[in-house]
Amino acid sequence: MKAIVTVIGKDHVGIIASVCALLAEQKVNVLDISQTVMQDYFTMIMMVDAAESDVPFAELSSLLEAKGQEIGLSIRIQREDIFNAMHRI
Amino acid sequence: MLNQNEILQTIQMIDQQHLDIRTITMGISLLSCADADPKRACQKIYDKITRYAEKLVSTGENIEREFGIPIVNKRISVTPIALVAAASDTEDYVPFAVALDNAAKTCGVNFIGGFSALVQKGMTDADRKLIAAIPEALATTDMVCSSVNVGSTKAGINMDAVAQMGQVIKKAADLTADRGGFGCAKLVVFCNAVEDNPFMAGAFHGAGEPERVINVGVSGPGVVHHALQSVNGQPFDVVAETIKKTAFRITRMGQLVAQEASRRLDTPFGIVDLSLAPTPAKGDSVARILEEMGLEVCGTHGTTAALALLNDAVKKGGVMASSSVGGLSGAFIPVSEDEGMIAAARSGALTIDKLEAMTCVCSVGLDMIAVPGDTTAETLSAIIADEAAIGMVNSKTTAVRIIPVPGAKVGDMMEMGGLLGSAPVQEVHPFSSADFIHRGGRIPAPMQSLKN
Repeated sequence: MKAIVTVIGKDHVGIIASVCALLAEQKVNVLDISQTVMQDYFTMIMMVDAAESDVPFAELSSLLEAKGQEIGLSIRIQREDIFNAMHRI
Repeated sequence: MLNQNEILQTIQMIDQQHLDIRTITMGISLLSCADADPKRACQKIYDKITRYAEKLVSTGENIEREFGIPIVNKRISVTPIALVAAASDTEDYVPFAVALDNAAKTCGVNFIGGFSALVQKGMTDADRKLIAAIPEALATTDMVCSSVNVGSTKAGINMDAVAQMGQVIKKAADLTADRGGFGCAKLVVFCNAVEDNPFMAGAFHGAGEPERVINVGVSGPGVVHHALQSVNGQPFDVVAETIKKTAFRITRMGQLVAQEASRRLDTPFGIVDLSLAPTPAKGDSVARILEEMGLEVCGTHGTTAALALLNDAVKKGGVMASSSVGGLSGAFIPVSEDEGMIAAARSGALTIDKLEAMTCVCSVGLDMIAVPGDTTAETLSAIIADEAAIGMVNSKTTAVRIIPVPGAKVGDMMEMGGLLGSAPVQEVHPFSSADFIHRGGRIPAPMQSLKN
């Protein structure tokens, strides 16, 4: 199942590493990454594939949210369908 | 392939502009629960609802987590209880409301609608008993919502029922006086009620509906408001286009959630209701959209035209985004549930008369309006009659949800809390309509009803 991970917040060392480590642990494959830093604000969007992951999607979402709180960023994972529904006919 | 802007735009809508799914409502037919023994009927009602809606809340929460979109309410609507209870040998219909309340609590939903009667052309014995039970039912239960349809374009207006509903509202307020007349916030008097409305307090599961069904109500006044800020000062054609595009996106999301819920609950998908439903939160207001179009305060001259444009553009944008649109579908203008409306009413710009005019061009009607506690039953009935006439002649749904706040005077604040919000007590006309209401009988259906 394809999903979008978004990481938004103040930039600091090791954000990508810690998010990717968590995703790797949960067997979530990263398909694409785009990242920008605007005025100290870090925005990363990842397209991931969670098909191989053993944990249910809702739990994955909780894990990422908790990781976000730990490193002071907003991290969320959402199924790709919602973006397609809103922006593609 | 999605681009970064689109993804961030969606997240911004959810995070900062209060975009959400307002409600997933499961409609359940209770026609099979009719029983001569009222106790057995109540047991069957409880069992059927809790069986069908057992996973409604958990499924809603899972969808919420996976898509990252808040689903604010999970609710249940049932067959109008007057139809179900008619078979039972009893005078007292309050136990049916208690059964609904218990079922709602077991399922974990926040409202259950359908303690209802459809009496636009006349009343059965069961309708009479149900209407008599409404005040006590609303006072003794927490989650049960009640509605009565007193008129339709096809049948005209049942003025006996209108007269009675004025008294029912008064009594419901009196029995819940300790909670500011809270009972009235759960009671809607309709003209042209729809059978697939997912929004409370007026939801019920019509007799023409399937065994069970999933209806979804979307929301997003904040998103529309935000979009309009980018077309500041431009002509109305641009305003209408902007609203349409925004409504399309919101509705596509509603359609996705509705299909997903329907699949997971193994329940047919009914409709998406394209309504702009405000909340008392800042930035989630329909009034502020109207003000964004150039009005100093909602309620001033021009408000009706602005609302007409908004209502029409929302429908046009949404209708292509969903396979099946229904329910009320339009902009809601509940005073106490809309931060901008509350402010406008407090400033004196938004009067009941202006609200009545606004109901001619948007969905529903006089909604969540607080009036003085000494407002007479006849005046309340006359307000209902006016609204019903607007609905009847214009072939649209209109409704009245009005709270004569016990002990309150004009200018006092009514506090309901939560999504129901708060509202200033507004002035009604001091002149009597009593003789008008006491006539009774029926206002015949208008020429528009003769379409065949």
